[in-house]
Amino acid sequence: MAGPIEQFEIKELGGKLFNLGGYDISFTNSALFMGAAVATITGILWLASRRAEMVPGRLQSVGEMWYGMIRGMVDNVLGEDGKPFFPLVFSLFSFVLMANMLGMFPYFFTVTSHVIVTVAMAFFVIGLVIAVGLYKHGLGWFSLFWPAGNINFFMKAFIAIIEVISFLSRPISLGLRLFGNMLAGHIVLKVFAGFVVSLSALGFGGALSAIAPMAMAVALTALEFLVAFLQAFVFAILTCVYLNDALHTHH
Amino acid sequence: MDAEAAKYIGAGIACIGMGGAGIGVGHIFGNYLAGALRNPAAAGAQFTNALIGAALAEGLGIFSLVVALVLLFG
Repeated sequence: MAGPIEQFEIKELGGKLFNLGGYDISFTNSALFMGAAVATITGILWLASRRAEMVPGRLQSVGEMWYGMIRGMVDNVLGEDGKPFFPLVFSLFSFVLMANMLGMFPYFFTVTSHVIVTVAMAFFVIGLVIAVGLYKHGLGWFSLFWPAGNINFFMKAFIAIIEVISFLSRPISLGLRLFGNMLAGHIVLKVFAGFVVSLSALGFGGALSAIAPMAMAVALTALEFLVAFLQAFVFAILTCVYLNDALHTHH
Repeated sequence: MDAEAAKYIGAGIACIGMGGAGIGVGHIFGNYLAGALRNPAAAGAQFTNALIGAALAEGLGIFSLVVALVLLFG
């Protein structure tokens, strides 16, 4: 029986294709499911907006809720200045959501359970925050790290050091949160499914008591669907909160 | 002691940190619910803030989980 970690193995589909400057760039199952996620999002949103009507049908309602939820969130957190960043936040949310949801199907690969994917997205977000902050406020943007208020200079310097460290840890925590949630969820599902198999092997009594881990696996699957949505939403919210630092820096 | 055994013990100890994240997330949502029942009109607007707090608290627990996973499989 396969262990709980084998489901995350990256396989090359159709053998090794390319070797570019020492980097293996073969088409893998990870790349396949990234493409599948993008194709699913595009398909659903295209079908939802194909025949837009005054009174929305079922699919159009889904599309409008999907759009409206992120639109409301961006407006709430970033305000009027956030409009140019809405497409980015919407794309990030949709990609993470669809990658998580596709990963919930049996035998499917979860793209977001690989730290390289999530941390790459997180580093892109923080890189954008720094670029936007420097573009909008110039070097004055670094006042973000310097606390305002009438306190001792040494205390301010101490707080500034902590602020810089906390800022630098953001891309890591943003990426690891999504990665850890998806990885842990899928491992727990596999472990409970493994309990069912090993209990059933013990005979009739074992098979009877295997109902308990089976029920637990069903409940955990429901929880994982919730986590899949929630983590996509949290990734989008935190992207907005971090962008807010770049757009509305106190002076 | 065997190095392999020490790895498993270390992974178990690292997972204790997740208990702290559980306390933190429970605290946030418990207080959110207490506030929401006192003033239901203001609850909707603060749900996003509750989620942000929960995500930040949970992230720290995930760190200890990642440490445990690295010890087990790394």
